[in-house]
Amino acid sequence: MAFFLETLFGGLMVGMLYALVALGFVLIFKASGVFNFAQGAMVLFSALAMARFSEWIPQWLGMAPGMLGNLLAIIVALALMVVVAWLIERLALRHLVNQEPITLLMATLGIAYLLDGLGPLIFGSQVYSIDVGMPKDPIFILDGMFEGGLLVSQEDLYSAGIAALLVVCLALFFQKTKTGRALRAVADDHQAAQSIGIPLSRIWVIVWSVAGGVALVVGIIWGSKLGVQFSLSLVALKALPVVILGGLTSIPGAIVGGLIIGVGEKLSEVYIGPMVGGGIETWFAYGLALAFLLVRPQGLFGDKIIDRV
Amino acid sequence: MFYRENGQFKTSYAADQQIFPIAQDRIAILVILLLAFVVVPMSVSDYTFQAVLIPFLIMALAALGLNILVGYCGQISLGTGAFMAVGAYAAYNLQVRIEGMPLLLSLLGGGLCSMAFGVVFGLPSLRIRGLYLAVATLAAQFFMDWLASRAPWVTNNSSSGSVSAGQLSIGGWAIDTPAEKYLLCLGLLCVLGLLAKNLVRSATGRNWMAMRDMDVAASVIGIRPVYAKLSAFAVSSFIVGIAGALWGFVHLGAWEPAAFSLDRSFQLLFMIIIGGLGSIMGSLFGAAFFVLLPLVLTHVPHWLGLPLSTASATYIEHMIFGALIVFFLIVEPHGLARLWSTAKQKLRLWPFPH
Repeated sequence: MAFFLETLFGGLMVGMLYALVALGFVLIFKASGVFNFAQGAMVLFSALAMARFSEWIPQWLGMAPGMLGNLLAIIVALALMVVVAWLIERLALRHLVNQEPITLLMATLGIAYLLDGLGPLIFGSQVYSIDVGMPKDPIFILDGMFEGGLLVSQEDLYSAGIAALLVVCLALFFQKTKTGRALRAVADDHQAAQSIGIPLSRIWVIVWSVAGGVALVVGIIWGSKLGVQFSLSLVALKALPVVILGGLTSIPGAIVGGLIIGVGEKLSEVYIGPMVGGGIETWFAYGLALAFLLVRPQGLFGDKIIDRV
Repeated sequence: MFYRENGQFKTSYAADQQIFPIAQDRIAILVILLLAFVVVPMSVSDYTFQAVLIPFLIMALAALGLNILVGYCGQISLGTGAFMAVGAYAAYNLQVRIEGMPLLLSLLGGGLCSMAFGVVFGLPSLRIRGLYLAVATLAAQFFMDWLASRAPWVTNNSSSGSVSAGQLSIGGWAIDTPAEKYLLCLGLLCVLGLLAKNLVRSATGRNWMAMRDMDVAASVIGIRPVYAKLSAFAVSSFIVGIAGALWGFVHLGAWEPAAFSLDRSFQLLFMIIIGGLGSIMGSLFGAAFFVLLPLVLTHVPHWLGLPLSTASATYIEHMIFGALIVFFLIVEPHGLARLWSTAKQKLRLWPFPH
């Protein structure tokens, strides 16, 4: 029972992290109708930027590396992601406005390749570590109920907390601010939003920047767990089943989907894995999402696909 | 002036319906085939065979298969690497487990197993569409990755996880020089290419295109979605499976599961997008583009005298590849095949202005 609960907690926390990555996908899809395959590359790029700047900024300013350096590095990396978003909108998205979904998908794949090459070229290709002060030792909870308590990773707990905080901030941003309202308007209907004067290209830059910011947070969290290396861009592939399970157009869907996939993945690996040789983590999430899709083709919270002849 | 149909009148239905109705086209194709089958094997270096021509032919075959699914039937599939892997491993298993199995039969067997796999993983297309389907096909990709590395029967209980195809031979003809391997791939490409071209010109192909354009309308007029979609998956994965078997047997010789990873699926998708969706010629153009680009990128800095470390050369290659894809998508979304047919249209008038 204790082991099951441990696996459950672990799954929930990993699920929150997947949900965070999925959030980037959903944000961009909602506002610009583009399925952003470059999200993983953006995670890697922003993490590399932050890792390297947190080394370089103390050197340039002549101070000791520490929290202040990290903070400045985060700000610089965020600014860099805004520039990247602006460039993507200006050079690619603007010219591909009414194309078919597969063309846009391929364009984002091209952008992913571009960022995958640009990041290591500028920032270097070794494994870099990010240290933002998250404690790495595990803690034991519920000591009274279970013998010795349940092992919970503190890092995962902090990450889940940060993810939840980010989601709340985004929700507030979308609901309470003028720009948030404009973003929701664009997500509902591009043409209607344009006709009432919302500048579409500026909205897209904002959305891609926000997604870049989310990618930065994801990059910092996963980077401090795994180290900043090329495999970070593959984290996005883990988030795809979350997105399709939750529905491409729904933020709560991303969260719920993330939790379901996280729990499902961990439980399947622990309980079903040994029966079939192990390692089923890689495709179980996809299988689970596929099974859900067969019952509900638009995902749990997605917009129902209505066919008109 | 030279490329006109002036004076070419058709006197039978067969003549009217042929693949190349213009005589100049027929002559051009004959010349190309002559060059490809006779001149090239005699004059090209081994390196060019192994590095350029054989990968081009096999990738063209795989792109052809994928184009049938994505370009003609409109079902986005990101699991092509898995279909290639199924073809390769099935062909390998047939080759080693059955004594004296002819090479062509094991290649065909690989294709048939891939066809079965494709139909099974194509079943979701009956219920899911668009981007959701694309991500669902990733399930096939990751499942096959796992199966190839975890199930010992796939690799014939190989201890290292990698398998190698032995000596290839058809009948008594041993295929060991690059030129002979090139001829094998070329022959298969021609046969399967002809089959594919005729298939897409037939009622089946028209059903596929109807499903691509508007599947609800297609089913309203009586095209059965199950048959159309699953036949597209079947034919596509058959061709891709044979291409995968060729890739493993002829190009790689020995391979491990990573040879057919997600990267391969993306590369094939790039090829058909750049080459042109819904076009047989487009698959060839895309494969040529894809095979030639890294060579150009590695040789041009060398010629210009700019020294580049191999690591930064790879990254720059990645960047240029990505940038070129976006560029192509902006400038010509219908790919190189559209550029080619535009050029042919202009050629009909040249050198006259109208």
